[in-house]
Order: sequence, then structure tokens, then C-alpha cells
Amino acid sequence: MPIIEIKDLYHVYSAGTPFEKVALDHVNLSIEAGEFVGVIGHTGSGKSTLIQQFNGLLKPTSGEILVDGKNIWDDKKNLRALRFNVGLVFQYPEYQLFEETVYKDIAFGPKNMGLSEEEIDQRVRDAAGFVGISEELMEKSPFELSGGQKRRVAIAGVIAMDPKVLILDEPTAGLDPKGRDRILGRIKEYHQTKKNTILLVSHSMEDVAKYATKVLVMNKAKIFTYGTVDEVFSKSDTISHMGLSIPQISKVFHALSEKGYPVNRNVYTVEGAKQELLKRLSKGHVR
Amino acid sequence: MLKDITIGQYFPGSSFIHRLDPRVKIILTIAYIVMLFVVSNAIGFLVGIALLIVSYVVAKIPAKMMLKGIKPIIPIVIFTGILNLFFVSGTPIFEWGFLKITYEGLRLAVIMAIRILALIAGASLLTYTTSPIELTDAIESLLKPLKVLRFPVHELAMMMTIALRFIPTLIEETDKIMSAQKARGADFESGNLLQRAKALVPILIPLFISAFRRADDLAMAMECRCYHGGEGRTRMKQLHLGAIDLYGSLVMALCIAGVICINLFVPAFF
Ligand SMILES: Nc1ncnc2c1ncn2[C@@H]1O[C@H](COP(=O)(O)OP(=O)(O)OP(=O)(O)O)[C@@H](O)[C@H]1O
Ligand SMILES: [Mg+2]
Repeated sequence: MPIIEIKDLYHVYSAGTPFEKVALDHVNLSIEAGEFVGVIGHTGSGKSTLIQQFNGLLKPTSGEILVDGKNIWDDKKNLRALRFNVGLVFQYPEYQLFEETVYKDIAFGPKNMGLSEEEIDQRVRDAAGFVGISEELMEKSPFELSGGQKRRVAIAGVIAMDPKVLILDEPTAGLDPKGRDRILGRIKEYHQTKKNTILLVSHSMEDVAKYATKVLVMNKAKIFTYGTVDEVFSKSDTISHMGLSIPQISKVFHALSEKGYPVNRNVYTVEGAKQELLKRLSKGHVR
Repeated sequence: MLKDITIGQYFPGSSFIHRLDPRVKIILTIAYIVMLFVVSNAIGFLVGIALLIVSYVVAKIPAKMMLKGIKPIIPIVIFTGILNLFFVSGTPIFEWGFLKITYEGLRLAVIMAIRILALIAGASLLTYTTSPIELTDAIESLLKPLKVLRFPVHELAMMMTIALRFIPTLIEETDKIMSAQKARGADFESGNLLQRAKALVPILIPLFISAFRRADDLAMAMECRCYHGGEGRTRMKQLHLGAIDLYGSLVMALCIAGVICINLFVPAFF
């Protein structure tokens, strides 16, 4: 059974005013448990709108959202419990920090769940460990930290709720390449340890190719395609048509194959490229 | 949600009323309010109300919006109406125990209700047809004479402009922070008063911090562009008086003159 399923989902902002805007246009999707889904699409294509539907922060104009097979809008009282199950990290999450210490801020979610003191403590420390926040930072004020550290604290605040589904909206926006790799690396590790489901909204095809198992491409309020990394990037022509760029390394390999070199076109990461080239070189195809 | 709050409530358009110089519009609105208080006679009120309705029609502001502007003050109207009705002395027309309604009281209650409602509707028309920026520009220009008294006119206008500019931004920000805290299980809807007040802390602190950060950034950006107050500052959009301002003023002057004549020569039958 898919963990998240949406049926004919339709969402309009500011209905009935001159500013009316269809943000999701009758979309259908089902996501299996345990996937690491990269969500890509242009600015304004409806990514943030879509993910806020999954934990009931936005109510669809029409259509259904099933989480674990249950329609989340059947009983409004269950919404809060749902939000502990489907953890959502917003874009620029560091602006939501408010507590005196890092520790207390990470503990906000677990506390709202009504857990015991020991359980909360355990979860806060685990979450901080996952995102690489060291022990001596825990008693500092979150406002004394660097931008990247704040971001990691905010992510830990959601991870501490131990959600079955973790959704991150552009967690690396505005970070340098090192900070970006660090956060994504941690998230990948977390995914491998917990075996939960992760949705990662990103503007970087490289990141999606490197970390995700499935790719969801949104275009103009619709789902353009949803499939494995191979399936999606094999449609690179149509994706480029939409103005989204495929990973640079794939472009190199496409160019090589067009020049007549017998290389595999389905290469999306630098690591994969290395393997492919070494394989070819050892076979002696390329001199 | 919060997004539905409209502040300033400007209705973009290009009607005669929209194109009036904002300074003229402010003065005409004040003149209209004065006129409402000069009127003492039913026919005069008809003129005042007709002018209001014609202006709304010319500006193409839906009647719904006029009612929306009036709605919040209806309790005040009712309250003053009751006070006038029962506490003005004069010829009694109705008596019941200690309650007594006089002819004068009834008359004053009706007149005041009409005045207050027309006043608010008139002032709303000003904000419906003038963008907030135009409005502050006009206020700055009208208050200029106060500079002689060392009154910080430009600074005041700049503060108003910035405040108006940031209201939508802060509303959007509040919305975002609320969603983010809800995603962590914050609960704003249940609990007693104290618990609800406490639940606001996770919203207010980030909001204040972001407001201060924005203020800081804005101040820096303004300084980088050499902003140094009003001295010697020119504007991109100069306000100019034109023919339509003359026509608008003429209409208002005629109405006021007409109302005064009606006051003097037409017998007050009410
Ligand atoms: N609160 C809102 N009110 C009205 N319209 C909105 C609101 N939020 C988003 N929209 C509109 O809905 C559309 C989809 O927005 P959404 O935020 O889902 O895009 P996105 O794919 O997340 O973009 P980005 O990559 O820039 O984050 C956009 O056209 C946007 O203008
Ligand atoms: Mg977004």
C-alpha cells in the first residue's frame, strides 16, 4: 500500500477574487513507503503547495489525500497527529526558531507530542546527532549560530518528531556547496538508517540525481512525470524543453554519445561517470 | 486566512475620481465632511447622499464595498442613536415609565446616523480610489507648511509609506511562521486563554526578530543609496494639478453652495 496517495487533487488560491490562481490542477500520485523522492519543477509550478497538502496545512479545493490509506480530512481531530507522522521542513526553516536554547527548540515538536521527559531527551540528542549539531551547541541560543547551523537545528526540530515521512522544501537554498553536501549527506544517512520516506524539493538536478531514488517533475500545476531517476532523466529532451536542466555530467555524456562514442547515456552523477569511463577505458573502446 | 485581510483596500482604476490629484481628493473629502455638518435639512441630506452615490458610481466601486466600509461602525451609530433618542430634552412624543422620546431627540438621532454613515462612506471612497503611496505623498505635500514649525513632515510621511509597504509582507510572514509551527504540532485553537496566549510565543518571537532584521536591512539599503532625509530630495512622480481637479472642486463647491442655500431658503419640514 502506498504511504501517500493523492487522487484528483485540485487547489485554487484566492478563489473568487481577481488574484485567483490554480496551483494544483487535478493531480494524481502515489508514493511507496521507503522512497527518497526528489521533487523538481520551475518556480511557481506548485511544489510547495503540493507538499503542504500532505500534512493538512493546506486544504484542497477538491480531491483526496490518503496517508497510510486514510483520508486525512475525514476527521479534523486527527490532523495534529498526522503532522507528527508527516514532518515538514519549510523553506528557510531557520526563521521559525524561537526558543532560548538550541536544545529547547529541537524539543518543541516532541514536547507537543506529549512524550515523557526521557523520551524527549533521547529524541533531541538523536536528532541533533543526525544533523551534526554537537553537544556544546545545545545550550547556546539559536540566534548565535551561523546560517548553516541554524538550518540544521531547524531540520533537527522536525526529525526529532521521528516522522514516517519527512518532507524538506529546498533545505539547501542559500547555502554554500559544502554546507549543501553536508545537509544532504546527513539526510541520506538518516534515510538509510531509519528506512523512512523522504521527499526533497530541490532546484538542483545534480542533487536529485545524487540522492533520490525517484523523481517527481512538476510543471505548471501538473505532475509532468514521476518515476525512477533513470526513467525520468531518459526523457531529458522534454525536460530540457520545459527549461529544466538535466545534470551537467549527463549533458557531457549525451554529447559524447551523439559524437558516436559508445557510452551509456544514463549517467547522472560524477561518480557514475567515473565508473562508466573506467569501464569503457578498460575495454579499450575509447583511446 | 490572514491573507484575506485587505488593508488600505485600494481598488485600482482609471476613473475620474481615481485620476484626481490625491491632495485635491483629501481636501474634497474634508470639504464633504464639513458639508455634512453644515446640512440641517432633509433636502440638503438628499444632496449629500446623492453626491456620495454618484461618486461611487463614477469610481466604479461596487456597492458591496461601500457597505463593507460602513459595517464596522454600525454599533457606534446605534449607540449614539440610542443616546440621542432618550437623552435629548424637548417635546415628548412617546413616554413609557422613565423612558421618554422627544421630537428633538428623534430628529438628532436620525441626523447623526446619516452624518456618521455618509462620513465613513466618503472617507472610504478616498482610500478605495487612492493608492497608499499617493496618499502619503499627498499628506506630505499638504503638511509642508508645518515644516516652519520644525515638524518632521518628510520623516512622518516616510514612516507611513514604509509601514504601509510592509503590512502585506508581515502578514505573509506570519502565515508562514504559523504554518511552520503547526507542522511541529503547535496548537493555536484549543486550551484556555492563558494556554492560547502562550501558544502565540512561537509565532511572535520569530516575527519580531524578522521585523527587526528587515528594518535593519532596509535602513542599510537606504543608506547605501545615500538617503539622508527630505532635504533636497526630488520625486519620481510629481503631483500636478490639472483640469479635472478644477472640475472636481467645482462640483464640490456647487454642492456646498447649494446646501447652504437650501438651509437658508427651503423651510425645514423635518
Ligand atoms: N498563499 C498564496 N496565495 C496566492 N497564491 C499563491 C500562494 N502561494 C502560492 N501561490 C501561487 O501558487 C503557485 C504555486 O506556488 P508554489 O509556492 O506551490 O510554487 P513552488 O513550485 O513551490 O515555487 P518555488 O520553487 O518558487 O518555491 C504560484 O503561482 C504562486 O504564485
Ligand atoms: Mg516553494
